[in-house]
Amino acid sequence: MKVLLSWLKEYVDIDVTPRELEEKLFSAGLEVEEVTYLGENIEKIYVGQVTSIEKYEGTHLYICHIDCGEQGHDHLILTGADNVFQGAKVPACLVGAKLPNGLEIAPRKMKDMMSYGMLCSGEELGLDKNWYPGADVNGIMILADDAPVGEDIKTYLGLEDYVFDISITANRPDCQSVLGIAREVAAFLGKEVKNPDMSYTCDGTVNGDISVTVIDKDVCPRYLGHYVYDVQYKESPLWMKRRLIAVGHNAISAMVDITNYVLVEIGQPMHAFDLDTLEGSSIVVRLAAQGEELVTLDGKKRVLDTSNLLICDKVKPVGLAGVMGGQNSEITEHTREVLFESAKFRKDSVRKTARGLGLHSDAAARYEKGIDEYSVECGMARALHLVQALGVAKVSSSHFDVSAGASTERRVIRVETDKVNYVLGIEVPEEEMVRILRNLNFGVECEAGVLTLSVPRYREDIETDQDIAEEVIREYGYDKVVPTFLGEALVTNGGLNAAQRKELAVKTFLCTQGYYEIQTIAMTARTEFDQFLIPEEAKERQAVEILNPITENLSIMRTFLAPAMVRAIENNIKNGHEGMRFFELANVYLPKSLPLTEAPQEVKTLCLGACGESEDFFAMKETLEALAADSDLKFTYRKGNVPYLHPGRTAEVLCNGTVIGTFGQLRYDVVDSLAIAKDKKGDTKIFLAELNYDALSEKFKAEIHYEPESPYARAARDISLVVDKSVECGEIIEKIQQADALVSKVELFDIFESEKLGANKKSMAFNIELASKEKDVTDDMTEGAIGKILELLGEAYGAQMRS
Amino acid sequence: MFNADDLKKAFLADIESAASEIQLSDVWKKYLSKTGSVQKLMNGIKEVAKEEKKAYGQFVNEVKTWVQEKYDEKKAQIEAYELEQKYQREAIDVTVPVKRRPVGNLHPLTAVKHEIINVFAGMGFEVFEGPEIEDDDHNFTRLNVLKDHPSRDMQDTFWLTEDLLLRTHTSPGQIRVMDSKRPPIKVLVPGKVFRSDSDATHSPMFSQMEGLVVDRHITLCDLQGMLDEFVKNLFSDAAKTRLRPSYFPFTEPSVEVDVSCFKCGGAGCPLCKGTGWIEVLGGGVVNKKVLENCGIDPEAYSGLAFGIGIERIAMLKYGINHMGKLFENDVEFLKQFKA
Repeated sequence: MKVLLSWLKEYVDIDVTPRELEEKLFSAGLEVEEVTYLGENIEKIYVGQVTSIEKYEGTHLYICHIDCGEQGHDHLILTGADNVFQGAKVPACLVGAKLPNGLEIAPRKMKDMMSYGMLCSGEELGLDKNWYPGADVNGIMILADDAPVGEDIKTYLGLEDYVFDISITANRPDCQSVLGIAREVAAFLGKEVKNPDMSYTCDGTVNGDISVTVIDKDVCPRYLGHYVYDVQYKESPLWMKRRLIAVGHNAISAMVDITNYVLVEIGQPMHAFDLDTLEGSSIVVRLAAQGEELVTLDGKKRVLDTSNLLICDKVKPVGLAGVMGGQNSEITEHTREVLFESAKFRKDSVRKTARGLGLHSDAAARYEKGIDEYSVECGMARALHLVQALGVAKVSSSHFDVSAGASTERRVIRVETDKVNYVLGIEVPEEEMVRILRNLNFGVECEAGVLTLSVPRYREDIETDQDIAEEVIREYGYDKVVPTFLGEALVTNGGLNAAQRKELAVKTFLCTQGYYEIQTIAMTARTEFDQFLIPEEAKERQAVEILNPITENLSIMRTFLAPAMVRAIENNIKNGHEGMRFFELANVYLPKSLPLTEAPQEVKTLCLGACGESEDFFAMKETLEALAADSDLKFTYRKGNVPYLHPGRTAEVLCNGTVIGTFGQLRYDVVDSLAIAKDKKGDTKIFLAELNYDALSEKFKAEIHYEPESPYARAARDISLVVDKSVECGEIIEKIQQADALVSKVELFDIFESEKLGANKKSMAFNIELASKEKDVTDDMTEGAIGKILELLGEAYGAQMRS
Repeated sequence: MFNADDLKKAFLADIESAASEIQLSDVWKKYLSKTGSVQKLMNGIKEVAKEEKKAYGQFVNEVKTWVQEKYDEKKAQIEAYELEQKYQREAIDVTVPVKRRPVGNLHPLTAVKHEIINVFAGMGFEVFEGPEIEDDDHNFTRLNVLKDHPSRDMQDTFWLTEDLLLRTHTSPGQIRVMDSKRPPIKVLVPGKVFRSDSDATHSPMFSQMEGLVVDRHITLCDLQGMLDEFVKNLFSDAAKTRLRPSYFPFTEPSVEVDVSCFKCGGAGCPLCKGTGWIEVLGGGVVNKKVLENCGIDPEAYSGLAFGIGIERIAMLKYGINHMGKLFENDVEFLKQFKA
């Protein structure tokens, strides 16, 4: 919301500097984003009068003597412009002057003569003809005859002014106007608000043909119409044009400018319909039919649906309510009769229409925040006043007020002062509350600690004691809040719970294993499924879609973490880094059904990624083993199959018999698809693990129980076996463990292949530990167990003891 | 008969010349073993007259003790010397670099998250994590962000269905906590949040930490007291907070909380854009409608709530200038956050 300081000053007496005003607005909750000084970079430029002018022979220059009053009566200034004449009033830039285009004026030799200054154009001052007539002429800007000689040009041109760009919070739509800001300023400065002049006289003329009908009153709870006629097509006065330009509007014609002026000043969007274009002289407010069309003022054809509210005449739409008028009813130089509209449309309806059609206007921006009915009335009155005062049109007696029936009285609420102080935690004296609320235009009566408040009609946000507490502290000052610490609260025990502590411990452990934690974006693109060779029917493709993604690249919720991990590794390789170990612990989103009918499952997933010279399959397995050992868990592994992993180097990870994840080496053809240098692709091996952390965390033990060390003797034996190459070590270990209850530990200590063993054979040697919780393990028991193991392995794999 | 003086003389000469444990053991054999000179001297007792046996025995014992002492002394010397030699032999160049496994660290956002949790844990806050995919009810309606309210636009929402969405803030955690727990409540809700207003200073995904206290007579003063403590712990002992009015539908009054600039101490510098203050979080007194929506009697209880942007705190604390860096995961960036 842009506000011009001089405009604001018309409605409230501001006796503080712009800087102080900025601070006070800030502490009242009206954050000033930017203050622009209109006279920025204009210095030492004055209204001067040309006392003499003569041609500088042999050049294109003129020698001027300029009278600048108090700033010196005779300045010798040369100019090349030929629109200057004796007696002309001009902007004279004296030595030391600065211009907005960065120019600084110094004495300058032109041909053989010194010039002590410069005469300037409107353009050089950053102005156009709407700011000052003649500012657009090619040459020196000639000022009006009554321009006071010697006056600072900024004062003369109205540039001694400031624009405040204020950010308004969503609960204060009433501050979306000069008047609204003026009310706030008046409150904190303790001044009276001077309301804009809203007086007008209806001349008794009645146009009996006009009718206004509101069909959908729930979307349009208030609609005011007023007929004005004998419309003069003319420019608006300079002061109005300047104010509009200063806050970012264009000056168009008096009639249109008045609607914009009221929008900025009162915060009420106004619309002016050319009555000639309204068939049947009718206004009908109704929701659009599906597929109905309208060409809006910006020349675009809009196809509508049943949620769009329309302003129509007897047969056709003439405007999108609260958003933009139709081209067919636009004000033109031929317009002679106008029907003014000042209305309240429901904010969600306007928002939906504006967003749905991608159509943003100043009116829609105001309506989306919410317009109160008080503003509807003020807007119409102010517009009619201006129309009459500026002689733009005659104000008839034909006016219309269609209301859904909301009261035009102020609401009355009762609030206990104790409750206000209870919220704040300090004691604001009763009389202070009364003073503050009166400054904010509340009607206030106070009796026995109860405030009876009549709420200004534009304050639709005020309902409870908490709202009043906010009003009070805003004005009383947040610096009066005294820090305290929960005087009456109960003691609670804080910190992470066991599962949260464990999660942090897992992360920290991975760090000690050389892994850096990464964080990646949870949304991704469907194309990733193709890149990762995910088959058409695979579960990874069952992804939750975002209905309104900002880009196709972030259009679905990820179902596995590997792609983001690979992306991180890819980026690091591109950045020239060589070895890296990364992990991420994040959710994947697995829908229970598609299309989505209930919230998908969020599965916390742990992804490891490693790449570099010292990385291989077993290095990653070592990390997984360490991770298991750190939590006193045991992982087992079996050959796995993952679409994007090397078919010969992929394993499933099991914990207590449940598959909790997979790991392996990224397929070469996936590596090939990465954006890394071609010569690097050949040797880039990327290793990935992806574990279901939720499933893993169920395996973590809840408590530690000490068990006394066994007093019984244990035994250990080594066995060496020769088996077919295809037999997996994991299978043998599992078999050994199953063979006898005494087996407490099995460790592989040697594995090799050789010609002596025969083709397709390998040797594996295991250390087997035997233990019992009940008795010593004797030699007989040991022999028995080893015998069973060998027998079982012989049967299952044809394994033979190696001599 | 041996002469004790000769023995001593010879022993002294031998022990003097012994320079190693091997030579020393030769000396032991020669003098102190069962066949050694001292024993032989003792054996001479047989030839001594009966009445002199006692004196002789005493004399030989004195000799033995003398020899043993001298021997022990030398032995200790030699052992010390040999140990010293061993140490010298084993001396290494301690400056030779080793090849070690790299050590990783937590992501800065995780590090900051836990730093914040630690501060509030000391004040009695537990930690709750809610779902990232929420419904309209939890994310908006029950937080008093009603259907037609413009504040829905404050948070551009990613929708999954008409009802399901990616949570736009961690505030729905407030609702979930109050649904499952009665006061006293002190809880933090950290987590990822999503908004569709991605640009240079915004990421479509970022992290927040919600704080909620519900108990008897919780006031705006408590909010400031608590946050004063927070900024002192997180930034510096001299840090102060400043409250200024703001608006969130779920708190009333609502405030933005600024911290005095920890770089310049409030004098004004580029970090605080010359104002001396840095905006760090938003908060307020819990709107009684939110308490009512969760079945908590606003006449008996009141609450305070705040929301912290974790990226912002991390960037301020570590001096990170671009938010994007946090999600690029460049190892040269990541490795700087070891503490």
